[in-house]
Amino acid sequence: MAETILEVRDLSKSFGGVHATANVTLDVLHGETHAVIGPNGAGKTTLISQLSGDLKPDGGSISFKGRDITSLPAYQRSLTGMARSFQITSLLMGMSVLDNVSLAVQAHDGHSFRFWTPARKDRKLRDKAMQSLQVVGLQDRAGELAGALSHGERRQLEIAVALATEPQFMLLDEPMAGMGAEESARMVEMLSGLKGEKSILLVEHDMDAVFALADRISVLVYGQVIATGLPEEIRTNEKVRDAYLGEGDE
Amino acid sequence: MSDTPLNGATPRSSGLLSGWTATTWATAICLVLLAVVPPVSFYAGQPFHVDLATRLVCLSIAAVSLNLILGYGGMVSFGHAAFIGIGAYSVGIPAYHATYGEFDLIASYNGWFHIALALVVSAIFAAITGAISLRTRGVYFIMITMAFGQMVFFLFVSMETYGGDDGLTIDVRSELPLIDLDKPLQLYFLCYGSLLGALFIVHRMVNSRFGMAIQGAKGNELRMQSIGYNTYVYRLVAYIISGAMCGYAGFLLGNFTTFISPEMMDWTRSGELMFMVILGGAATLVGPILGAVAFILLEEILSGFTIYWHLPFGVLLILCVLFARGGLMGFVSQWGRRNG
Repeated sequence: MAETILEVRDLSKSFGGVHATANVTLDVLHGETHAVIGPNGAGKTTLISQLSGDLKPDGGSISFKGRDITSLPAYQRSLTGMARSFQITSLLMGMSVLDNVSLAVQAHDGHSFRFWTPARKDRKLRDKAMQSLQVVGLQDRAGELAGALSHGERRQLEIAVALATEPQFMLLDEPMAGMGAEESARMVEMLSGLKGEKSILLVEHDMDAVFALADRISVLVYGQVIATGLPEEIRTNEKVRDAYLGEGDE
Repeated sequence: MSDTPLNGATPRSSGLLSGWTATTWATAICLVLLAVVPPVSFYAGQPFHVDLATRLVCLSIAAVSLNLILGYGGMVSFGHAAFIGIGAYSVGIPAYHATYGEFDLIASYNGWFHIALALVVSAIFAAITGAISLRTRGVYFIMITMAFGQMVFFLFVSMETYGGDDGLTIDVRSELPLIDLDKPLQLYFLCYGSLLGALFIVHRMVNSRFGMAIQGAKGNELRMQSIGYNTYVYRLVAYIISGAMCGYAGFLLGNFTTFISPEMMDWTRSGELMFMVILGGAATLVGPILGAVAFILLEEILSGFTIYWHLPFGVLLILCVLFARGGLMGFVSQWGRRNG
């Protein structure tokens, strides 16, 4: 059995009276793709934001590579090898595609108190950034403004930026959101290429994608994990069918 | 403002004239005119023009420094005139004690000492106020920087030794080797050279790793944190650099006017600096200079018609914000693209 890279214990977060995260306990193993599914409003994005450090939990603990990171700010989590992609695309629209990725490379290449040498001519940054763009297939769009990309391309750029930080663990918040069937298929193919190499916590609505990629699946309903298991176990789980897969099946 | 293009994708010209964009042309023309017109009018018997140009260049340096944080960093400081005041009093107070005694520790006419004092005190003031202000965002940041600016304003109003409200006359200008600041043209070229220096520093800085980090933090702070930037610290350092640069502009302005008073750090002065940056074009290299030129010219022309010149000026500013997003430099680059 592989070691765990991420351990979440009794994580809680409330907004007013709503328990967006209610005593969530979850493990991600080294090299595993662990999917979190659940109906809208189940608290999936809230969970991701707490794991990435953008939101402070009310209680519980998160440890990453054996170290307690519950109170670590987002930028330090990134520096310890965690990356996040956003559900609602969050890029620097006024900068070029290559700039977006190269900023991510730069963040992990020592401090940025370098005031004099032009960063856009820095081969070290640009080459590494190009490699990440190649992984997602955006190398031909490097010079475009991020704002000029199509929706699908922006989703790909999100992944490229995350990859450029050379993470061991990636939090992917609905990478397929709003994509057409063809684009989704390409994204699934790309993500399966990362399988094994990166540990991934994947939140996704597209069930075909989830069952194609996930090693294990956790089901989140009203902030609670109601089941965790192998894909075939989840598919046949009574509770899950009642709460989620049964009704309507998106 | 945050949607103005960041020049991110356009490559810089390689120095060949053929590669020059409209923006580069505007920069060059602007700088050449500033180098040529004042000495010509001086020798043509119009020394008043040199005075006007000196004030223009001093304010340009202040606007360039504000542009570093406002334009490139997205930090809308409404208290930047405080740094001008700190710089000016860094000349006035040591010179006052050198003339009238007491406080021997800082009594001096030495220009290097004045510059060092202006830079260090501005930087310390920026570090303290920035550390607090940068914990807020948006309107709160504007209000808190304005409050700090007003604190300095009232501090100097209350200092009776240095004239309080009435201000302080600088009897002897800063003494520097090789140049005599009592000579208008020499003072002008010190200011002009300083402006070139400030532009060069800002140009190198915004294209460096540091500059990319602060521009990224302006565009999307959450994203920058999630890829590993401690945005707070980078912003604070930018704020300190900007404050020190503006303090230096105050050193020059104090030597130019030889009369300094708290009025020069009033919040309306901070507002004028903001006008210059926004009118000229935030996040462009020479935009703040164009803004300062437009400001000084409008002030001269409109105040010739009416003492209530702020009214038509205000109307022009509103029109500019409504119809010329990107400011004067926005016009230039649009024109360049159309006729490219």
